[in-house]
Amino acid sequence: MIRTLLAAAHRDLLLGLRQRSDVANVLLFFVIVVTMVPLGVGPDKDLLRMIAPGVVWVAALLASILSLGRLFALDYADGTLEQIMLSGQPLSLAVLGKIVAHWLITGAPLTALSVVLALMFDMALVPGVTLVASLLLGTPCLSLIGAVGAALTLGLRGGGVLITLLVLPLYVPVLIFGAGAVDASAGGLSPASHLMLLGGLTLAAGALAPWAITAALRVSVE
Amino acid sequence: MLEAVDLQCERGHRRLFDRLSFAVTAGQCTQIVGDNGAGKTSLLRILCGLLRPTHGEVRWHGRRIDRVRDEYGADLAYVGHLNGVKDDLTAAENLRTWAASCGLNVGGDQVAEALRLFSIDQFAQWQAGHLSQGQKRRVGLARLAMPQQARIWILDEPFNALDRHGVETLNRLIAQRVGGGGAVILTTHQAWQAPVPVVRLELGTGRPG
Repeated sequence: MIRTLLAAAHRDLLLGLRQRSDVANVLLFFVIVVTMVPLGVGPDKDLLRMIAPGVVWVAALLASILSLGRLFALDYADGTLEQIMLSGQPLSLAVLGKIVAHWLITGAPLTALSVVLALMFDMALVPGVTLVASLLLGTPCLSLIGAVGAALTLGLRGGGVLITLLVLPLYVPVLIFGAGAVDASAGGLSPASHLMLLGGLTLAAGALAPWAITAALRVSVE
Repeated sequence: MLEAVDLQCERGHRRLFDRLSFAVTAGQCTQIVGDNGAGKTSLLRILCGLLRPTHGEVRWHGRRIDRVRDEYGADLAYVGHLNGVKDDLTAAENLRTWAASCGLNVGGDQVAEALRLFSIDQFAQWQAGHLSQGQKRRVGLARLAMPQQARIWILDEPFNALDRHGVETLNRLIAQRVGGGGAVILTTHQAWQAPVPVVRLELGTGRPG
Protein backbone atom coordinates (compact mmCIF):
# COMPACT_ATOMS: atom_id res chain seq x y z
CA MET A 1 0.00 0.00 0.00
CA ILE A 2 2.64 2.47 1.10
CA ARG A 3 4.65 1.53 -1.99
CA THR A 4 1.94 2.92 -4.25
CA LEU A 5 2.11 6.21 -2.40
CA LEU A 6 5.89 6.31 -2.49
CA ALA A 7 6.01 5.37 -6.18
CA ALA A 8 3.67 8.23 -7.09
CA ALA A 9 5.55 10.69 -4.89
CA HIS A 10 8.91 9.59 -6.25
CA ARG A 11 7.79 10.00 -9.85
CA ASP A 12 6.43 13.50 -9.27
CA LEU A 13 9.52 14.58 -7.36
CA LEU A 14 11.65 13.35 -10.24
CA LEU A 15 9.49 15.37 -12.62
CA GLY A 16 9.74 18.40 -10.36
CA LEU A 17 13.49 18.06 -10.49
CA ARG A 18 13.37 18.04 -14.32
CA GLN A 19 11.00 21.03 -14.46
CA ARG A 20 12.88 23.16 -11.97
CA SER A 21 11.91 26.42 -13.63
CA ASP A 22 8.18 25.72 -13.11
CA VAL A 23 8.83 25.12 -9.44
CA ALA A 24 11.02 28.19 -9.12
CA ASN A 25 8.37 30.37 -10.79
CA VAL A 26 5.87 29.63 -8.05
CA LEU A 27 8.35 30.55 -5.34
CA LEU A 28 9.38 33.68 -7.20
CA PHE A 29 5.73 34.67 -7.50
CA PHE A 30 5.31 34.22 -3.75
CA VAL A 31 8.30 36.43 -2.97
CA ILE A 32 7.32 39.11 -5.49
CA VAL A 33 3.73 39.38 -4.25
CA VAL A 34 4.92 39.76 -0.67
CA THR A 35 7.55 42.32 -1.70
CA MET A 36 4.97 44.39 -3.58
CA VAL A 37 3.00 45.18 -0.43
CA PRO A 38 5.55 47.44 1.32
CA LEU A 39 5.97 49.29 -1.99
CA GLY A 40 2.23 49.84 -2.07
CA VAL A 41 1.46 50.78 1.53
CA GLY A 42 4.63 52.72 2.34
CA PRO A 43 7.50 52.14 4.74
CA ASP A 44 5.59 52.40 8.01
CA LYS A 45 7.34 49.76 10.13
CA ASP A 46 4.53 49.21 12.65
CA LEU A 47 1.89 48.94 9.98
CA LEU A 48 3.97 46.46 7.99
CA ARG A 49 4.66 44.38 11.07
CA MET A 50 0.94 44.29 11.74
CA ILE A 51 -0.15 43.23 8.26
CA ALA A 52 2.77 40.87 7.61
CA PRO A 53 1.00 37.62 8.65
CA GLY A 54 -1.99 38.32 6.44
CA VAL A 55 0.17 39.34 3.51
CA VAL A 56 2.41 36.29 3.68
CA TRP A 57 -0.57 33.97 4.07
CA VAL A 58 -2.53 35.48 1.19
CA ALA A 59 0.54 35.30 -1.02
CA ALA A 60 0.99 31.65 -0.01
CA LEU A 61 -2.62 30.90 -0.98
CA LEU A 62 -2.17 32.53 -4.38
CA ALA A 63 1.14 30.81 -5.02
CA SER A 64 -0.40 27.49 -4.07
CA ILE A 65 -3.27 28.02 -6.51
CA LEU A 66 -0.83 28.93 -9.23
CA SER A 67 0.93 25.61 -8.81
CA LEU A 68 -2.24 23.50 -8.90
CA GLY A 69 -2.51 23.57 -12.67
CA ARG A 70 0.45 21.21 -12.91
CA LEU A 71 -0.91 18.68 -10.47
CA PHE A 72 -3.08 16.53 -12.77
CA ALA A 73 -3.26 18.45 -16.06
CA LEU A 74 0.05 17.16 -17.45
CA ASP A 75 -0.72 13.56 -16.46
CA TYR A 76 -4.13 13.93 -18.06
CA ALA A 77 -2.74 15.32 -21.30
CA ASP A 78 -0.12 12.64 -21.87
CA GLY A 79 -2.20 9.66 -20.75
CA THR A 80 -0.26 8.92 -17.57
CA LEU A 81 -3.38 9.51 -15.51
CA GLU A 82 -5.23 6.72 -17.36
CA GLN A 83 -2.34 4.39 -16.67
CA ILE A 84 -2.37 5.30 -12.98
CA MET A 85 -6.11 4.64 -12.84
CA LEU A 86 -5.65 1.23 -14.44
CA SER A 87 -2.56 0.31 -12.46
CA GLY A 88 -4.46 -2.06 -10.21
CA GLN A 89 -3.43 -0.07 -7.14
CA PRO A 90 -5.76 2.11 -5.07
CA LEU A 91 -6.10 5.44 -6.85
CA SER A 92 -6.54 7.35 -3.60
CA LEU A 93 -3.06 6.32 -2.49
CA ALA A 94 -1.46 7.35 -5.76
CA VAL A 95 -3.29 10.67 -5.45
CA LEU A 96 -2.05 11.12 -1.90
CA GLY A 97 1.47 10.41 -3.11
CA LYS A 98 1.12 13.09 -5.78
CA ILE A 99 -0.09 15.56 -3.15
CA VAL A 100 2.83 14.76 -0.88
CA ALA A 101 5.19 15.46 -3.77
CA HIS A 102 3.28 18.65 -4.62
CA TRP A 103 3.65 19.86 -1.05
CA LEU A 104 7.35 19.01 -1.01
CA ILE A 105 8.02 21.08 -4.12
CA THR A 106 5.71 24.01 -3.32
CA GLY A 107 4.48 24.14 0.30
CA ALA A 108 7.76 23.17 1.91
CA PRO A 109 9.93 25.71 0.05
CA LEU A 110 7.25 28.38 0.64
CA THR A 111 7.50 27.68 4.35
CA ALA A 112 11.28 27.88 4.22
CA LEU A 113 11.16 31.17 2.31
CA SER A 114 8.77 32.66 4.86
CA VAL A 115 11.68 32.82 7.31
CA VAL A 116 13.34 35.41 5.11
CA LEU A 117 10.07 37.27 4.58
CA ALA A 118 9.44 37.40 8.33
CA LEU A 119 12.83 39.09 8.70
CA MET A 120 11.98 41.45 5.86
CA PHE A 121 8.86 42.59 7.72
CA ASP A 122 10.90 42.99 10.90
CA MET A 123 8.77 40.49 12.78
CA ALA A 124 9.81 39.61 16.32
CA LEU A 125 11.17 36.14 17.03
CA VAL A 126 8.03 34.56 18.49
CA PRO A 127 5.54 35.75 15.84
CA GLY A 128 8.11 34.87 13.19
CA VAL A 129 8.43 31.32 14.47
CA THR A 130 4.64 31.11 14.71
CA LEU A 131 4.35 32.20 11.08
CA VAL A 132 6.68 29.43 9.96
CA ALA A 133 4.87 26.91 12.16
CA SER A 134 1.46 27.96 10.85
CA LEU A 135 2.65 27.62 7.25
CA LEU A 136 4.15 24.24 8.03
CA LEU A 137 0.81 23.04 9.39
CA GLY A 138 -1.39 24.85 6.88
CA THR A 139 0.29 24.45 3.49
CA PRO A 140 -0.40 20.68 3.31
CA CYS A 141 -4.06 21.56 3.71
CA LEU A 142 -3.75 24.00 0.78
CA SER A 143 -2.31 21.24 -1.40
CA LEU A 144 -5.07 18.81 -0.37
CA ILE A 145 -7.99 21.18 -0.90
CA GLY A 146 -6.43 22.56 -4.05
CA ALA A 147 -6.08 19.07 -5.48
CA VAL A 148 -9.86 18.60 -5.21
CA GLY A 149 -10.33 21.75 -7.28
CA ALA A 150 -7.67 20.64 -9.76
CA ALA A 151 -9.37 17.27 -10.18
CA LEU A 152 -12.80 18.84 -10.65
CA THR A 153 -11.65 21.32 -13.30
CA LEU A 154 -9.47 18.83 -15.16
CA GLY A 155 -9.87 19.07 -18.90
CA LEU A 156 -12.19 22.07 -18.80
CA ARG A 157 -11.55 25.13 -20.88
CA GLY A 158 -10.69 28.13 -18.73
CA GLY A 159 -10.04 25.75 -15.86
CA GLY A 160 -7.44 28.14 -14.45
CA VAL A 161 -9.95 30.80 -13.45
CA LEU A 162 -12.55 28.28 -12.38
CA ILE A 163 -10.12 26.54 -10.06
CA THR A 164 -9.42 29.87 -8.35
CA LEU A 165 -13.12 30.53 -7.84
CA LEU A 166 -13.67 27.01 -6.54
CA VAL A 167 -10.73 26.73 -4.26
CA LEU A 168 -10.20 30.20 -2.78
CA PRO A 169 -13.40 30.17 -0.68
CA LEU A 170 -12.39 26.77 0.69
CA TYR A 171 -9.04 28.23 1.71
CA VAL A 172 -10.74 30.77 4.00
CA PRO A 173 -10.59 28.71 7.24
CA VAL A 174 -6.92 27.95 6.64
CA LEU A 175 -6.21 31.64 6.10
CA ILE A 176 -8.15 32.70 9.20
CA PHE A 177 -6.47 30.26 11.56
CA GLY A 178 -3.05 30.60 9.93
CA ALA A 179 -2.89 34.39 10.03
CA GLY A 180 -4.81 34.35 13.32
CA ALA A 181 -2.12 32.26 14.99
CA VAL A 182 0.54 34.81 14.08
CA ASP A 183 -1.66 37.73 15.16
CA ALA A 184 -2.30 36.05 18.49
CA SER A 185 1.37 35.51 19.19
CA ALA A 186 2.21 39.07 18.11
CA GLY A 187 -0.40 40.27 20.61
CA GLY A 188 1.25 38.25 23.37
CA LEU A 189 -1.35 35.46 23.40
CA SER A 190 -0.75 31.77 22.91
CA PRO A 191 -1.18 30.70 19.26
CA ALA A 192 -1.71 27.09 20.36
CA SER A 193 -5.46 26.96 19.78
CA HIS A 194 -5.14 28.41 16.27
CA LEU A 195 -2.34 26.03 15.42
CA MET A 196 -4.27 23.05 16.72
CA LEU A 197 -7.29 23.98 14.64
CA LEU A 198 -5.01 24.40 11.64
CA GLY A 199 -3.52 20.98 12.24
CA GLY A 200 -7.01 19.57 12.62
CA LEU A 201 -8.06 21.07 9.30
CA THR A 202 -5.05 19.52 7.59
CA LEU A 203 -5.75 16.11 9.10
CA ALA A 204 -9.42 16.26 8.15
CA ALA A 205 -8.50 17.30 4.61
CA GLY A 206 -5.92 14.51 4.47
CA ALA A 207 -8.57 11.97 5.42
CA LEU A 208 -11.34 13.22 3.15
CA ALA A 209 -9.71 14.90 0.15
CA PRO A 210 -8.26 11.74 -1.48
CA TRP A 211 -11.75 10.22 -1.79
CA ALA A 212 -13.18 13.39 -3.29
CA ILE A 213 -10.23 13.67 -5.67
CA THR A 214 -10.54 10.05 -6.74
CA ALA A 215 -14.22 10.48 -7.54
CA ALA A 216 -13.59 13.76 -9.38
CA LEU A 217 -10.78 12.25 -11.45
CA ARG A 218 -12.94 9.30 -12.53
CA VAL A 219 -15.55 11.74 -13.79
CA SER A 220 -13.00 14.03 -15.43
CA VAL A 221 -11.31 11.22 -17.35
CA GLU A 222 -14.62 10.20 -18.96
CA MET B 1 -12.99 -14.02 -18.86
CA LEU B 2 -14.46 -10.71 -19.95
CA GLU B 3 -18.10 -10.26 -20.73
CA ALA B 4 -19.95 -7.24 -22.11
CA VAL B 5 -23.65 -7.30 -21.35
CA ASP B 6 -26.16 -5.18 -23.20
CA LEU B 7 -23.84 -2.20 -23.57
CA GLN B 8 -25.12 1.12 -24.74
CA CYS B 9 -23.02 4.21 -25.21
CA GLU B 10 -24.07 7.75 -25.96
CA ARG B 11 -21.63 10.55 -26.54
CA GLY B 12 -22.99 14.05 -26.92
CA HIS B 13 -26.61 13.01 -27.70
CA ARG B 14 -25.45 10.54 -30.27
CA ARG B 15 -25.97 6.85 -29.76
CA LEU B 16 -22.81 5.03 -30.76
CA PHE B 17 -23.98 1.51 -30.08
CA ASP B 18 -26.83 -0.19 -28.33
CA ARG B 19 -27.54 -3.69 -26.97
CA LEU B 20 -24.00 -4.78 -27.59
CA SER B 21 -23.19 -8.06 -25.89
CA PHE B 22 -20.17 -10.23 -26.41
CA ALA B 23 -17.72 -12.31 -24.46
CA VAL B 24 -13.98 -12.56 -24.64
CA THR B 25 -12.50 -15.89 -23.62
CA ALA B 26 -8.97 -16.82 -22.73
CA GLY B 27 -6.77 -17.37 -25.75
CA GLN B 28 -8.85 -15.14 -27.97
CA CYS B 29 -7.84 -12.14 -30.00
CA THR B 30 -10.68 -9.75 -30.76
CA GLN B 31 -10.47 -7.03 -33.34
CA ILE B 32 -13.04 -4.30 -33.17
CA VAL B 33 -13.76 -2.84 -36.57
CA GLY B 34 -15.87 0.09 -37.60
CA ASP B 35 -15.72 3.44 -39.33
CA ASN B 36 -14.43 6.61 -37.74
CA GLY B 37 -16.85 7.65 -35.07
CA ALA B 38 -18.40 4.21 -34.75
CA GLY B 39 -17.38 4.13 -31.10
CA LYS B 40 -14.36 1.85 -31.13
CA THR B 41 -12.36 3.94 -28.70
CA SER B 42 -15.40 4.47 -26.50
CA LEU B 43 -16.01 0.74 -26.41
CA LEU B 44 -12.41 0.05 -25.41
CA ARG B 45 -12.58 2.71 -22.70
CA ILE B 46 -15.78 1.15 -21.41
CA LEU B 47 -14.11 -2.25 -21.34
CA CYS B 48 -11.26 -0.72 -19.31
CA GLY B 49 -13.64 0.95 -16.91
CA LEU B 50 -12.45 4.45 -17.84
CA LEU B 51 -15.82 5.31 -19.33
CA ARG B 52 -19.18 4.38 -17.91
CA PRO B 53 -21.65 2.95 -20.40
CA THR B 54 -25.04 4.69 -20.43
CA HIS B 55 -26.56 1.24 -20.06
CA GLY B 56 -25.29 -2.27 -19.45
CA GLU B 57 -22.20 -3.52 -17.73
CA VAL B 58 -18.88 -5.20 -18.21
CA ARG B 59 -18.10 -8.28 -16.15
CA TRP B 60 -14.73 -9.73 -15.39
CA HIS B 61 -14.92 -13.33 -14.17
CA GLY B 62 -18.59 -12.70 -13.51
CA ARG B 63 -18.11 -9.55 -11.43
CA ARG B 64 -18.86 -5.99 -12.47
CA ILE B 65 -15.57 -4.25 -13.21
CA ASP B 66 -16.44 -1.11 -11.24
CA ARG B 67 -16.82 -3.30 -8.13
CA VAL B 68 -13.42 -4.93 -8.52
CA ARG B 69 -11.49 -2.04 -10.02
CA ASP B 70 -8.12 -2.77 -8.43
CA GLU B 71 -8.10 -6.53 -9.07
CA TYR B 72 -9.28 -5.94 -12.62
CA GLY B 73 -6.69 -3.20 -13.14
CA ALA B 74 -3.92 -5.60 -12.13
CA ASP B 75 -5.16 -8.05 -14.78
CA LEU B 76 -5.34 -5.42 -17.49
CA ALA B 77 -2.88 -3.63 -19.71
CA TYR B 78 -4.22 -0.71 -21.72
CA VAL B 79 -2.48 1.22 -24.45
CA GLY B 80 -4.65 4.07 -25.64
CA HIS B 81 -4.28 6.91 -28.11
CA LEU B 82 -2.10 8.61 -25.54
CA ASN B 83 1.14 6.85 -24.82
CA GLY B 84 1.29 7.62 -21.13
CA VAL B 85 4.91 8.61 -21.60
CA LYS B 86 6.38 11.57 -19.73
CA ASP B 87 8.44 13.89 -21.91
CA ASP B 88 10.66 14.92 -19.00
CA LEU B 89 11.64 11.38 -18.03
CA THR B 90 13.98 9.14 -19.95
CA ALA B 91 12.60 6.10 -21.74
CA ALA B 92 13.97 3.81 -19.03
CA GLU B 93 12.65 6.00 -16.22
CA ASN B 94 9.23 5.99 -17.85
CA LEU B 95 9.08 2.22 -17.75
CA ARG B 96 10.53 2.00 -14.26
CA THR B 97 8.12 4.54 -12.74
CA TRP B 98 5.20 2.87 -14.52
CA ALA B 99 6.20 -0.52 -13.10
CA ALA B 100 6.59 0.95 -9.62
CA SER B 101 3.16 2.55 -9.79
CA CYS B 102 1.70 -0.85 -10.69
CA GLY B 103 3.48 -2.43 -7.74
CA LEU B 104 5.67 -4.55 -10.02
CA ASN B 105 9.18 -5.46 -8.97
CA VAL B 106 11.36 -5.03 -12.02
CA GLY B 107 15.10 -4.82 -12.36
CA GLY B 108 17.12 -2.61 -14.66
CA ASP B 109 17.84 -5.53 -16.97
CA GLN B 110 14.14 -6.23 -17.45
CA VAL B 111 13.56 -2.62 -18.44
CA ALA B 112 16.54 -2.78 -20.80
CA GLU B 113 15.20 -6.01 -22.29
CA ALA B 114 11.76 -4.51 -22.93
CA LEU B 115 13.35 -1.48 -24.60
CA ARG B 116 15.68 -3.70 -26.65
CA LEU B 117 12.71 -5.69 -27.90
CA PHE B 118 11.31 -2.52 -29.43
CA SER B 119 14.82 -1.43 -30.51
CA ILE B 120 14.86 1.74 -28.47
CA ASP B 121 17.57 0.54 -26.11
CA GLN B 122 20.08 2.96 -27.61
CA PHE B 123 17.75 5.82 -26.59
CA ALA B 124 17.06 4.45 -23.11
CA GLN B 125 18.77 7.40 -21.44
CA TRP B 126 17.18 10.03 -23.69
CA GLN B 127 14.40 12.15 -22.35
CA ALA B 128 11.22 11.01 -24.08
CA GLY B 129 10.56 14.58 -25.24
CA HIS B 130 13.52 14.22 -27.61
CA LEU B 131 12.17 11.04 -29.17
CA SER B 132 10.08 10.88 -32.33
CA GLN B 133 6.38 10.05 -32.27
CA GLY B 134 7.01 6.47 -33.32
CA GLN B 135 9.74 6.02 -30.73
CA LYS B 136 7.47 7.36 -27.99
CA ARG B 137 4.84 4.90 -29.14
CA ARG B 138 7.40 2.13 -28.74
CA VAL B 139 8.17 3.26 -25.19
CA GLY B 140 4.44 3.10 -24.44
CA LEU B 141 4.18 -0.35 -26.02
CA ALA B 142 7.32 -1.59 -24.28
CA ARG B 143 5.16 -1.81 -21.17
CA LEU B 144 3.60 -4.88 -22.75
CA ALA B 145 6.99 -6.51 -22.96
CA MET B 146 7.67 -6.06 -19.25
CA PRO B 147 7.15 -9.02 -16.94
CA GLN B 148 3.59 -8.55 -15.74
CA GLN B 149 0.60 -10.50 -14.67
CA ALA B 150 -1.91 -8.69 -16.91
CA ARG B 151 -3.75 -11.27 -18.96
CA ILE B 152 -6.11 -8.91 -20.77
CA TRP B 153 -4.62 -6.45 -23.21
CA ILE B 154 -6.73 -3.66 -24.57
CA LEU B 155 -4.95 -1.83 -27.37
CA ASP B 156 -6.35 1.19 -29.16
CA GLU B 157 -4.74 1.61 -32.57
CA PRO B 158 -1.46 0.14 -31.35
CA PHE B 159 0.07 0.07 -34.83
CA ASN B 160 -0.19 3.81 -35.35
CA ALA B 161 3.16 5.44 -36.02
CA LEU B 162 4.93 2.09 -35.83
CA ASP B 163 7.34 0.94 -38.51
CA ARG B 164 7.51 -2.58 -39.93
CA HIS B 165 9.88 -3.85 -37.30
CA GLY B 166 7.71 -2.42 -34.52
CA VAL B 167 4.64 -4.10 -36.00
CA GLU B 168 6.45 -7.44 -36.12
CA THR B 169 7.52 -7.13 -32.49
CA LEU B 170 4.01 -6.25 -31.38
CA ASN B 171 2.55 -9.12 -33.39
CA ARG B 172 4.94 -11.49 -31.68
CA LEU B 173 3.93 -10.19 -28.25
CA ILE B 174 0.24 -10.48 -29.10
CA ALA B 175 0.73 -14.06 -30.29
CA GLN B 176 2.58 -14.86 -27.06
CA ARG B 177 -0.15 -13.32 -24.94
CA VAL B 178 -2.95 -15.11 -26.73
CA GLY B 179 -0.98 -18.37 -26.76
CA GLY B 180 -0.33 -18.03 -23.04
CA GLY B 181 -4.02 -18.01 -22.19
CA GLY B 182 -4.49 -14.26 -22.28
CA ALA B 183 -6.90 -12.18 -24.30
CA VAL B 184 -6.17 -9.28 -26.61
CA ILE B 185 -8.76 -6.75 -27.74
CA LEU B 186 -7.62 -4.20 -30.25
CA THR B 187 -8.64 -1.79 -32.96
CA THR B 188 -6.63 -0.94 -36.00
CA HIS B 189 -7.21 0.91 -39.22
CA GLN B 190 -4.27 -0.56 -41.00
CA ALA B 191 -4.32 -3.73 -43.01
CA TRP B 192 -3.17 -6.01 -40.27
CA GLN B 193 -1.61 -9.40 -40.84
CA ALA B 194 -2.88 -10.96 -37.65
CA PRO B 195 -0.44 -13.46 -36.16
CA VAL B 196 -3.30 -15.45 -34.59
CA PRO B 197 -6.91 -16.28 -35.52
CA VAL B 198 -8.98 -13.17 -34.91
CA VAL B 199 -12.58 -12.70 -33.87
CA ARG B 200 -13.93 -9.60 -35.58
CA LEU B 201 -16.51 -7.48 -33.90
CA GLU B 202 -18.28 -5.05 -36.19
CA LEU B 203 -19.57 -1.79 -34.80
CA GLY B 204 -22.40 0.13 -36.46
CA THR B 205 -21.96 2.70 -39.15
CA GLY B 206 -21.77 5.54 -36.66
CA ARG B 207 -24.82 7.23 -38.14
CA PRO B 208 -27.18 8.88 -35.69
CA GLY B 209 -30.07 6.75 -34.68
